Amino acid sequence: MSNISILKEREKQIYHKGEEPFDMVCETKSTAGAVSQRACVFCGSRVVLYPVADALHLVHGPIGCAAYTWDIRGALSSGPELHRKSFSTDLRERQIIFGGEKQLYHALAALIDKHEPKAAFVYATCIVGIIGDDVDAVCRKVSSEKGIPVIPVHSEGFKGTKKDGYKAACDALFTLIGTGSIEGIGPNSINILGEFNIGGEAWMIEEYYKKMGVEVVSIMTGDSRVEKIKRSHGARLNVVQCSGSMLQLAQMMEKKFGIPYIRVSYFGMEDTARALYDVASHFHDNTDIMDRTKALVKEEVDKIYPDIQVFKSYLKGKRAAIYVGGAFKAFSLIKALKALGMTTILAGSQTGNSEDYEILRDMCDDGTVILDDANPLELSKYIVEKKADLFIGGVKERPVAYKMGVGFCDHNHERKTPLAGFQGMYNFAKEVYGTVKSPVWSLLKRPEDGTKTV
Amino acid sequence: MKNTALKKEHYEATTNACKLCTPLGASLAFKGVRGAISLMHGSQGCSTYIRRYLISHFKEPIDIASSNFSEDTAIFGGGANLKKSVANVIRQYKPELVGISTTCLSETIGDDVPMILNGIRHDADGAPLPPIVHVSTPSYSGTHADGYVGAVRALVDALSIRKNHEIEPSMVNIFPGMYSPADLRYLKEILEDFAIPYRMLPDYSETLDGGPWTTYHKIPHGGTSVSEIADMASAQASIEFGYVTRKGTTAAGLLSSRFNIPAYNLGMPAGVRATDRLFDLLSELSGNLIPDRHARERERLLDSYVDGHKYLFGAKAVIYGEEDLVAGMFAFLTEIGITPILCASGGTSGKLAETLESLRPEGYDEPITVLQAADFGQIEDAALGTGADMFVGNSKGYSITRKMGIPLVRVGFPIHDRVGGPRIHHIGYRGCQELFDRVTNALLDVKQEATGVGYSYM
Repeated sequence: MSNISILKEREKQIYHKGEEPFDMVCETKSTAGAVSQRACVFCGSRVVLYPVADALHLVHGPIGCAAYTWDIRGALSSGPELHRKSFSTDLRERQIIFGGEKQLYHALAALIDKHEPKAAFVYATCIVGIIGDDVDAVCRKVSSEKGIPVIPVHSEGFKGTKKDGYKAACDALFTLIGTGSIEGIGPNSINILGEFNIGGEAWMIEEYYKKMGVEVVSIMTGDSRVEKIKRSHGARLNVVQCSGSMLQLAQMMEKKFGIPYIRVSYFGMEDTARALYDVASHFHDNTDIMDRTKALVKEEVDKIYPDIQVFKSYLKGKRAAIYVGGAFKAFSLIKALKALGMTTILAGSQTGNSEDYEILRDMCDDGTVILDDANPLELSKYIVEKKADLFIGGVKERPVAYKMGVGFCDHNHERKTPLAGFQGMYNFAKEVYGTVKSPVWSLLKRPEDGTKTV
Repeated sequence: MKNTALKKEHYEATTNACKLCTPLGASLAFKGVRGAISLMHGSQGCSTYIRRYLISHFKEPIDIASSNFSEDTAIFGGGANLKKSVANVIRQYKPELVGISTTCLSETIGDDVPMILNGIRHDADGAPLPPIVHVSTPSYSGTHADGYVGAVRALVDALSIRKNHEIEPSMVNIFPGMYSPADLRYLKEILEDFAIPYRMLPDYSETLDGGPWTTYHKIPHGGTSVSEIADMASAQASIEFGYVTRKGTTAAGLLSSRFNIPAYNLGMPAGVRATDRLFDLLSELSGNLIPDRHARERERLLDSYVDGHKYLFGAKAVIYGEEDLVAGMFAFLTEIGITPILCASGGTSGKLAETLESLRPEGYDEPITVLQAADFGQIEDAALGTGADMFVGNSKGYSITRKMGIPLVRVGFPIHDRVGGPRIHHIGYRGCQELFDRVTNALLDVKQEATGVGYSYM
């Protein structure tokens, strides 16, 4: 056991399966003074829109917000790389007092002239909401002068949680959708939503669909282009991953354009196969698609299965902790870990809703801890108490795992390795195997004071 | 001297900033206080982004709490949130000090933090709270370097009290710049070898570069204690590092005006000459000769300068980062024959150009091109076409050196794309030696790769 207690306000956001009735509180603001692993509204918008590679992303505010999100995601582009630059109006005292609209206007105009983007996203940060800049008006003005869409993203950090930032990003994308020509889009066509091309994942998935005979109209937002987003309403189906960020957009598109959607995940063999089969079933009029999908899944599984078994023989019975942004990813990870013979002893997310946590509860064994909006102290407490061998999370969770001698797998957006699809499952298994089996852990057994143990 | 003033016809955006926001520097300084927990008064994102940024460099757990503004807070003021967050952070971390930095949001809505804090000196049971130190760090003013200096000053301002009228003979206060944990450990070693009793603030040499744990440390061990900071008011002298610090705005300046403690201002002790000034001062203050092993270290360093000089002369380097670091690297590189063709900083003191001019070594007649309040967009534009042979600075210059096909010698903060950033020495003879070898070998590497034959001797 550890010396770490739980704040009273936090107790309802922690559930011990098999030990208490399920009554989890979630979707609340973070407790003041707790070290939440969450970011803010701006972060939610920024991560969703970030991979649009031929758009200008201008952060309106003091320098921090732009500086901390410069080149932050491993989202690859096959062409322009404007998204990897960090642009900020870099507001100073003067603008805080007199307003920053003039600066925003000049900054935008100059950047558009210099970089010739296909559209511009203007992120309003905390301060903009306070000093009262009319960002919408400036965007309209610049848009009419420069002839490209200039879209305000209302992402003031304090106006909600990261999820509200997803909503603001979806709203921004939605202003583009429906403004392009849908000529030439066939009947077996989809948009891939909630896939950000980390390490080239979107390309792998697009390749699967190509082999199945399914046309990909747009990917939002991995390796995406403004033109493709504009015509995405021509697709016949929206296939939504990472439901937290993009489900809303799918719903908006269903309402306005009548495009149905399905929710999928591309993490793990099981979920990837399920995703491809679900898409194939949707286009059931074309039986070739299902036939090709079956062949594809068989071929891909055959390719990695023997190696997976080798990893599994070592990893069997090892214990994993999962703490991710959206709960939907945790579902896939639990299944993927199960495929490696591992059990999940902690599962949590920054932004899950009660439906998500019920699913997590049903997926996990007794004794598993389920956490909403956890902090480093809680995470360290439970990885020690539950004897984790592996922690899956992002950069902020990594040192917690490493300090306590626990292996780590980065499943966040900064990673460079593709973990989606079948090849991704192989990469994932290899990474998990490599971190859990590393010989370095055996050296940490000595007490911290350096006294001899044996 | 060419000092590129960045007067523009119209306001231009900052492209790839070469600076960070003020609260980051304050959080870093608070990490150097024993048992301290950092709390940011603003939106959740500020603390999370800054944590992530620091963690990616230090690769250590770095907890920063947030008062977590909501829309209501922004309208009605952050007092209630701040009080609640202080209570929660004390309950969970049981800290010896709470270091509060503000953000652009709380500053703009005009929260009177000292007044809010005045109302919470005791917990719900009437027990006294640990000291709570507040530093004003609106991110629209200054840079992270200013936040760092400001937090150190705020700690001394709030905590340093002379208990009696006695001055502790030979006790020295040390206020290092934003150096690496390895630098801080080395600095302490030097002081110990001189047998100089000292108090150093901040000291994150252990908190941000420690070993593995068997039980979780809510707050990593190490750092300067609150009582040590209190006693800084009784020292014989203060030594502060920083080429561009404004007189009177620093902790040493404050101790000087409030308690009459002489303040010695040194720039970053990088390079032999600047390090000599530090060792001479320590020698003078302690009355001891330079300890033998440091004298030997200096000799080995000079010997290596001679061994490597032919590979360096006239090589062109671009230096960037915090103003103090840029000045330090300028002093070091010019003394080994390298020409800094571009010296750039996002820093806003306006003093970089004059500082570099004052560091011009005898016989060095190259023009000094300075970019002040610069971003990486401007650095790139200015560096392309100069025929630069290398960049010396943090890892954020990589996208440019990659484009130019030249090496980047990583120094300072942040180093996000390599391990070992916290273990790099920059200061003293040891840091100088380390940098000298890395700079020389980076150029040798280029030369070796460029030959068609792959020779195996230098």
